[in-house]
Amino acid sequence: MRRFALIALPYTWLLALFLVPFLIVFKISLSDIALAIPPYTPTIKDGFSALIRGLDFENFIFLTTDDLYYKAYISSLQIALISTSLTLLVGYPMAYGMARAPAEWRATLMMLVILPFWTSFLIRVYAWIGILSNEGFLNQFLLWTGLISTPLTILNTNTAVYIGIVYTYLPFMILPIYAALDRLDDSLIEAAEDLGCSRLSAFWLVTVPLSKNGIIAGCFLVFIPALGEFVIPSLLGGSGTLMIGKVLFEEFFNNRDWPVASAVAVILLLILIVPIVLFQRNQQKQAEADT
Amino acid sequence: MAKPKPDTWDNQFAPWDNPNEKPLIRFKDVTKRFGDFVAIDSLSQDIYEKEFFALLGPSGCGKTTMMRMLAGFENVSSGSIELAGQDIANVPPNKRAVNMMFQSYALFPHLSVYENIAFGLRRDKFPKDKLDARVAEMLKLTRLEKFGRRKPHQISGGQRQRVALARSLAKGPKLLLLDEPLGALDKKLRQETQFELMDIQETTGTTFVIVTHDQEEAMTVASRVAVMDEGRIIQVATPGGIYEAPNSVYVADFIGDVNIIKGTAKPAGPDQYFVDWGVNQAPILATSDRPFTDGQECHLAIRPEKISITKAKPDEAENAVQGKVLDIAYLGNLSTYHVELPGGQIIKAQTANTRRLSRRDITWEDPVWIRWNATAGVLLER
Repeated sequence: MRRFALIALPYTWLLALFLVPFLIVFKISLSDIALAIPPYTPTIKDGFSALIRGLDFENFIFLTTDDLYYKAYISSLQIALISTSLTLLVGYPMAYGMARAPAEWRATLMMLVILPFWTSFLIRVYAWIGILSNEGFLNQFLLWTGLISTPLTILNTNTAVYIGIVYTYLPFMILPIYAALDRLDDSLIEAAEDLGCSRLSAFWLVTVPLSKNGIIAGCFLVFIPALGEFVIPSLLGGSGTLMIGKVLFEEFFNNRDWPVASAVAVILLLILIVPIVLFQRNQQKQAEADT
Repeated sequence: MAKPKPDTWDNQFAPWDNPNEKPLIRFKDVTKRFGDFVAIDSLSQDIYEKEFFALLGPSGCGKTTMMRMLAGFENVSSGSIELAGQDIANVPPNKRAVNMMFQSYALFPHLSVYENIAFGLRRDKFPKDKLDARVAEMLKLTRLEKFGRRKPHQISGGQRQRVALARSLAKGPKLLLLDEPLGALDKKLRQETQFELMDIQETTGTTFVIVTHDQEEAMTVASRVAVMDEGRIIQVATPGGIYEAPNSVYVADFIGDVNIIKGTAKPAGPDQYFVDWGVNQAPILATSDRPFTDGQECHLAIRPEKISITKAKPDEAENAVQGKVLDIAYLGNLSTYHVELPGGQIIKAQTANTRRLSRRDITWEDPVWIRWNATAGVLLER
């Protein structure tokens, strides 16, 4: 009975905050657009049998007729993958440096990683506009040093989106990798060197495999939110930046087409479920390995 | 169980006594400083091939630093270390023909037992066709044949210890360093493993240097023991030499149990001295190879098992003193009697319990006589 109560709590949580909202979104995605608020029919007021009969897959079929949607999904996946790799490339050395730092420095370094969260995410992304724009700090600095003669166009390109995502999600990459590296016993590296490894090969053969779980966790923590990212591409990206988050926003608020927007959201969720399930499997395997 | 080692058993194995023998390792006036702290203080020591050399001392005495310098994880501040005649100061750890077994074992948790043992061989580009045979040989040597495919967290502590040993021996190093190799094992397993270590050292013919703070362990396994304190080697000798002929009160006290009687020496014939040690006590007769001058301060070190205890006054004893039993430590096979002498000194005497406990005739507060021979103790300057 107590075991049941313990399991019931997270399941109730999942049911109330994930499954029920998902079913509502899924139902709307099967409905038709209508000029009323909320702008879709049928609703539960029409009676249950009329409600069921009114549902169809029209909106999902519509998504296949316009290549905007398919291109937005592909482009989102591409941007999420590239920015996750970039975050890993930037985050791993930082996490490594933190784990190797003297013990008295680690708390401070950890604080520095977490500190940006104290400012609103929106303000921080806005700040990047000031840095990256044609008259921004970066261009002014580069012009002053004489490295460039005409300003670089960074803002409103995919580059700005990558910079924004890497900057925003960096702590989510650093923290799990740091946790994995912090647990790493120094004598393992010494043992590897003792057995004939150079510093570099000891890193590839021992450090990297043993921080694998941290790398996987960090990559998922960056990839999943980056895939549906809306704020960063709409503020830093240009008209050419196609991301599914933006499409979703436009369907909801500009076209006021809730059923199509819901269909886009359902497909996005299905795409996300694959990495989420993989992530869960990895976590489970790690837990089993630790026992 | 270990076979008796014929070469050490009859003291034939003593390369340190042979002036023509070339040492495998030579510490020459080595000093190591960490900031202001002197970890190793101008130390010189030779270690010979096929030796099982133990570095013994309390924590912080510099024994681990010595080992880490041999492995290449620490540089020397001054002086030099030679391995087979070559200065190894600038040789990085991965280029030294030295392998180390770590105190924590440092097994790679993501690799199987087999891959852990093969790790060093693969780094050396060991021929693929011979690798399997070499790993199998190591698994057999350490009786791990059945565990090759397991991961380190799937085997017991004793098995992990053997994997660590197999891994460090796989490359056939000239010198194997063992850092507190048995520290994590329980007492019974530790004793069994000591004999296994000796067997393996015998079979492979590798030179072993072991660091330990456990004096019993050092005495059991080593061909020579170096007792260290504060960055210096106080004495190097065979286990028997260290125990029976310590060169200082520190060594006598560090190894096993000992009674130290402080007094002044008075010559009493060739190699014989009287030790005046208390106002109302008859002087103790002791033999010594070390010369003492008349009135020189000296310390007589006597092991408790060399003192016998009786209720009746012994006839014709070279040294006999009366006292009172203050305490009895019953150890099962042995009993240690703490005897208080009239001057207040406490002397420990140890006897084997050849009779059942209920039939013991000496008990607390009993007046007793303790006696020992002139040759029983060692007379020390300091």
